[in-house]
Amino acid sequence: MIDFAFFGEIIPTLLSGLPLTLQLAGLSIGIGFALALVLALAQQGNHRMLVWPIRSFVAVFRGTPLLVQIFLIYYGLGQFRPTLQAVGLWWLFREPYWCAIIALSLNTAAYGSEILRGAIQGVPRGLVEAASAFGMTRLQTLRLVVLPLALRQAIPSYSNEIILMVKGTSLASIVTLMEVTGIAQGLISQTYRAVEVFVAAGAIYLTINFTIISALNALETWLTPYRVRA
Amino acid sequence: MTDTLHILSVGKGGWGGALLLAAGVTFALSVLGFLLGALLGAVAAGGRLSTRALPSWAAKGYGTVFRGVPDLLTIYLLYYGGSIALTEIGKFFGSAGFIGLPTFATGVLAIGIISGAYQAEVYRGAYLAVDLGQFEASKALGLSRFQSLRLVIVPQLMRHALPGLGNVWQLVLKDSALISVIGLVELMRQSQIGAGSMREPFVFYIAAATLYFLIATVTGSVFRYGEARAWRGMVHA
Repeated sequence: MIDFAFFGEIIPTLLSGLPLTLQLAGLSIGIGFALALVLALAQQGNHRMLVWPIRSFVAVFRGTPLLVQIFLIYYGLGQFRPTLQAVGLWWLFREPYWCAIIALSLNTAAYGSEILRGAIQGVPRGLVEAASAFGMTRLQTLRLVVLPLALRQAIPSYSNEIILMVKGTSLASIVTLMEVTGIAQGLISQTYRAVEVFVAAGAIYLTINFTIISALNALETWLTPYRVRA
Repeated sequence: MTDTLHILSVGKGGWGGALLLAAGVTFALSVLGFLLGALLGAVAAGGRLSTRALPSWAAKGYGTVFRGVPDLLTIYLLYYGGSIALTEIGKFFGSAGFIGLPTFATGVLAIGIISGAYQAEVYRGAYLAVDLGQFEASKALGLSRFQSLRLVIVPQLMRHALPGLGNVWQLVLKDSALISVIGLVELMRQSQIGAGSMREPFVFYIAAATLYFLIATVTGSVFRYGEARAWRGMVHA
């Protein structure tokens, strides 16, 4: 019953979208993580002038759909073309590719900063006090004590966020980027075989996600050699 | 500024009314999808908790697939897959053209299937959080399995499930925007229509974002209120 020849035809076509999917995911997860770390650290000082704008940013990006964010950045900001051209940013907002990356990065930065904020606050206070009794500067404490523990603590939650981002890259197809989901949609309307295309494209995503989860699990185990895992 | 206000006004020539109506569609779509997801999630959680291999594997597969595959892909599968099947049936009865599935029902189904996969994990975790003594006590009281589930376990399980369900609800609300791709005029689609016809995309997408944010905030506080009520009289950390 299973038409292997058909799968043989569509899988290479779908895989041609894989580099774009991986690029979108990799870049936005990377940029988003860097931004998330900055936002999480900036909130540690409890300066109202810093915390309030960050909290608002996080609330807005967590409280609205990613699709709206992509449309707002791609179509919405396009309305301000003369201004953007004047400040020399038009090349960025003209391209659906960069707009998708900006939207995905800001979105994951908002979610990621909450994960990292929790993880940093979860580092026992005694360790920070011990570090300062040891004569470490604040930067040294952060680099050698707080961040290594917090980042390890954050791995499970952050891996969920990474999976959501990989899935989120599929929305880029709505702003004309032909990544795996965009190609799948084209194939479905050409061949009228939705189930087969879904299975093939779904298998590609499951493989990506499975690889990421396994890698992060291995990383976590490697970083916690003393903990015997159930 | 006055232009913007005029575009978004509720009266004649304004899009406010249409956007509010579309926000209502988004809300209805999300609620129905979430409820269908609760049903599917409860069944799947039962499967995961079962000691028999088949239900356990089926539930695990369901969760892995629909939590791992982009929601957009699932929506395409249901809409095009369903429409193609419907068109074939139509052909059999002598209809010539393409028959599309009703978009609202497809949206509810898609959100139900996707959110069910997430809700299953929430219910499973909550079930396992209920104290074992409660199961033993209800057995000792002579309650049947169904009675103990209905009268003892589920009410306590909901306490643990509410925070997780609140998260899934937020996910559902935002996922509902994706149903716009199959042509259902909910909030996202209505904003696209307005943005296109008034050539003011920024205004319309800001309006859409604001409405989504409002729905998310108000319903979020409903969940927090529910949580506080569920735990009233209980001491917990």
